[in-house]
This record gives sequence, structure tokens and C-alpha cells, in this order.
Amino acid sequence: MIQLSVSALSKSFGARRVLENISLDVRAGEMIGLIGPNGSGKSTLLRCIAGLLTPEAGDIRIKDELRDEIDPGLLARQLSYLPQSGEVNWDVTVEVLVALGRLPHQGRWRALTGTDREAVTRAMEACDIASFRDRLVTELSGGERSRVLLARAMAGEPDILLADEPISGLDPGHAIDVMDRLGRLAHSGKSVIVVIHDLTLAARYCDRLVLLHEAHITADGPSEAVLTEDNLARCYGVKAFRGMAEGGAVIVPIRRTGRAEDSDVPSNEG
Amino acid sequence: MRSKNYPVPLPLLFSLLGLAVVAAFVGSLLVGPADIDIGELLAAVLAGEEGSTTLIFYEIRLPRAILGLMIGATLGLTGAALQGFLRNPLAEPGIIGVSAAASLGAVLAFYFGLASLFALALPFGGMLGAALGVLVVQLLAGKSNSPLTFILAGVAVTSFAAALTSLALNMAENPFAALEIMFWLLGSLADRSFEHVWLSAPFILLGCLILMTVARPLDALTLGEEAAQTMGFDMGAVRRRLVFGTALSVGAATSVAGAIGFVGLIVPHLLRGLTGNRPSLLLPASMLGGAALLLTADIAVRLLSPGRELKIGVLTALIGAPFFLYLVLQQRRRLL
Repeated sequence: MIQLSVSALSKSFGARRVLENISLDVRAGEMIGLIGPNGSGKSTLLRCIAGLLTPEAGDIRIKDELRDEIDPGLLARQLSYLPQSGEVNWDVTVEVLVALGRLPHQGRWRALTGTDREAVTRAMEACDIASFRDRLVTELSGGERSRVLLARAMAGEPDILLADEPISGLDPGHAIDVMDRLGRLAHSGKSVIVVIHDLTLAARYCDRLVLLHEAHITADGPSEAVLTEDNLARCYGVKAFRGMAEGGAVIVPIRRTGRAEDSDVPSNEG
Repeated sequence: MRSKNYPVPLPLLFSLLGLAVVAAFVGSLLVGPADIDIGELLAAVLAGEEGSTTLIFYEIRLPRAILGLMIGATLGLTGAALQGFLRNPLAEPGIIGVSAAASLGAVLAFYFGLASLFALALPFGGMLGAALGVLVVQLLAGKSNSPLTFILAGVAVTSFAAALTSLALNMAENPFAALEIMFWLLGSLADRSFEHVWLSAPFILLGCLILMTVARPLDALTLGEEAAQTMGFDMGAVRRRLVFGTALSVGAATSVAGAIGFVGLIVPHLLRGLTGNRPSLLLPASMLGGAALLLTADIAVRLLSPGRELKIGVLTALIGAPFFLYLVLQQRRRLL
């Protein structure tokens, strides 16, 4: 079942075209890795889907319905967005923070119900944070904090989860923890789109990779078809070691091959 | 939920705050320059006697206590709401320019002698000033939903209103008019009548009701603007509600009592930890806390200097300004 469908989407910032004629279908149970060099439009695409940016052209449909025509409250229950910033403004406990993920279900006045609390507990257990549910957010390590924020995004039990660089700044162990949770969420029947720079983890955990380069989708498919030597050289300008380990691809950049098609222009997005 | 999140159980916290408000309200009714025995006062009021005692009660003390209750609640609530929206514990009703613009409106009513022509010109001028101030802030901030542009627009309106207020004082022909303006600017609840209550109450109540509707969006803002927006809250609408709610309630409050600063700063700060840092709980708590604090301060000014009564705005500034400094230092330490 196609959960999310983007067709012919274009977006510019001033004179600079960031996304050009982007089309993408996402199925239920699928985890998509959105990859590409800095400034290639990954975060912009994610933010367009999340409704934070308005594209100039193109449609975004969620289960065949135009996103702009869906009631914002209903949309917030179907789609959850995990921002890159990791911003937490007030020092609340882990459980209170995760429970914020239920706000789209609560609306303006309703208190947390038993159903809400069960969803919060499920999200905390899935992210392995239930043991420190009473700790304050400021007392957490970076790895713990990122799992708590992920649990918040999962607590609304949306059909679609958009995660903008959820593993940036995490050590390898914690990065694997987060990717593992996102993968399990997808395989429980949800759709997950994750913006990611670590190509090995992208290849290992994502069912499909979408490579953005200079505002276009350069490649879309399984990792072996996307992470070719040619694509890596053309889009990233790198020569990479490509091998196999424990049944999955390993991609390690080795050196620059030049800046032939550099898209590394100043931008405020990843 | 848990002990760490709430040092005091929430029902107990709200009961204590409620009790504090009731105690301060009753205290405010019982204290005043007229030396009336408490027993005598209660007996006269309860028996429905007509005389100077009941007159003082109904004409002087009751309106003063009601205004203290309403204005204190307004200042606490708007302080908490603005701090939640701007995600800055230094925010205050004054910061979006409403207090300064309301003061300017009332000062102009003094300056042009309207206040001496009809008594209600003063509050009307204040609310008009507040409404204009808000409109200018809205225009300056434009379509941006960012708190920073909002703060900058508020600073601009505040400076301009303060400059015009100074100009009015400077140009005042009559030194007594200037003195009257000065005294009014200091902020006070003394010598207010039920007319002031009826005039301000509808605006204050409506403003407070509007502000209560932003509680949940403020909770969502704990995770930042983008997360809040994707949780289904229209941040532009939240800002509009916040601005108009503040304009109505603080505009009306300032126009009947003058500028009373720092209550909106201190109260949310003291109660934030007790409400588990949750904006939606901090709003009602600060409303109660603000009412209790202002009523208590208003009792204090009557007891401290019975002859020439200390203005309540001066008292809150004397306590509030060092508190503000302390908060700034605390913030700086956190940044270092």
C-alpha cells in the first residue's frame, strides 16, 4: 500500500532551485534512506513533506489524499517529524517529554487517557528508555537524549515517521541503536524516511535509498543499485571502499576525487 | 505523575495557591488607613448595616481587592504565557510593548486634559494605546513566527512609547499635571472604585480566557517551533491569540492601575519548578500566584507607610529589579 506519494515537487529559495520535479512513492513497511551531499535538498524535501515548507509546484498525498486538504490535527496523528535540532526548551522528565508525542491525539483540552499512557509506555520500551523515565532531560547523555526524542516522535503512533539526521553526533553504538529502532518501526507496517549521511548504516538498515543531487533524484532503489562507484564519485566527489560484511554492504569514503559537480553551496539545511 | 517531576503533588499545589489567594483577598479587605476593628467591620457588613464602615468596605476596600485579584492574575498569566511562547524565562508583559503603549495612552489622556473632563478617559486611553501597540508589533513582526522578531518589535514599541511619554511629561504646561502623570505611572491600586472594576473586568476576563487556549501549544513548543507545528498547532494563530489576549488583559489592567512591573516575571519563575516545567500547568498556577502576590504586596504598601502610601508599582520594582538581575546572571552562568 502506498502510504505517501510525492509527485513533481519543486521548491526554490530565492533564485536557487533546491528541489526540481521530485517524485517519490513510499509504501507501508518501508524504510527509506534519503542521502546526498550537503545542500542537495534532503532536509528541504523532508520539511516539505512535514508541511514546514510550501513547495512551489507538485503534490504531496497521504494515502491518496492531498496533504493540504487533510485536517491539521488528523495529519499530525498520521505523520510525525523528528527535527534535527533536538531542541528541548524546558527541563522536563523523560516520561513527560515522550508524552508530548500524544498531543496530536489530545487536542486542546483532553488529558492523557489510559490509551495515551499505554502508547507512551510502548514508545519508551521500544526505545529502551523506560528505566530512566523519571530522569530530567538535562541529566541525559547524547545517546539517551536522542532515543528519548525518537520515542516522543513514535509515541503518537503515526503511519509515517520523518527523521532528519537522527544519528548525527552519535557514536557508532548509539547510531546503530537508533537505526535499529527506526527499522523495527518500519517493519511493523509504518513508513519511515530518514535523512542520513552514514552510507554503511543507510545501506544496512534502509530498504531503499534515494540519492539526491543538485535538486534531482539521481538514483532510487536498493543500496547496491544506488551506491555505485560512479554515483559516489559524481554526487559526493569521493572514491569509496565498497565491500561486504555480515551480509551487508560497507561503504567507507577514502579520498576526494575532485569537485566536478559540486553542489556544496551555502545553505541552511543539511 | 512522579515525585521528581512534581516536588509537591499537583492537587496540593493548586489547593495551597488557591488558599493563598483567598487569604490575601480577605486580608486586603481587612487592612486600610481607616482604623476599623475587624470584628466591627465583619459584623456591619454581614448585618447589611448602612454607615461609614460598610461604605468604606464596599466603596474602597472591595473594589481595591477585586482589582488586585484580577490584575495580579492577569500579570502572572501573561508572564507565564509569554515566557512559554518565547521560551525565555526573562519575558514579561512589558516585553511586547503592551504595558508601555497602555501607559502612553493613559498619559496622553492626562496630557490633553481628557482625564479631568471625564474620569473614564484614562482607562479608555490606556486600552486604546495597548491595542495600537499590539497592532504595531504585529505589523513590525510581519509574517514571521519567530520569537526573536517578536521581541525586537516589542522593544521598538516600548522605546517609542517611552519616548512619547517623556515628551508628554516634558511638554506638560502645568507642573501638577506632570506630577499627576508621574504618580499614575508609578502604579497603584489605591482609590479605585467599582467603575474601574466594571470597566476593566470584561477585557481582563476575555483576555485571560484567550490566553488559556494557548496552554497546549505552549507544551508542544517545549520541543521547538518546527516540532510544535508538525504536531498540528498553527503557530501563527497561537501568536495572534497570545498578542490579543495580552493586549486585552494587560491593556485593561495597566489603564486602571498604572504600570506594575515584574509580577509577570517573578511569579512564573517561582512556580515553574513546582509545575514540572510544564507550560500548560504553569499558566493556571501563575494566575493564582500572581493574584496572591499582588494582593499581598498591596497589603504591604498599606502597612509599610500608612501616611504617604508607597505606590505598589514602586514596591514591585524594588523587589523585582534585583530579581531580574539575579535571573540575568543565572542565565549568563548557564551560557558560559
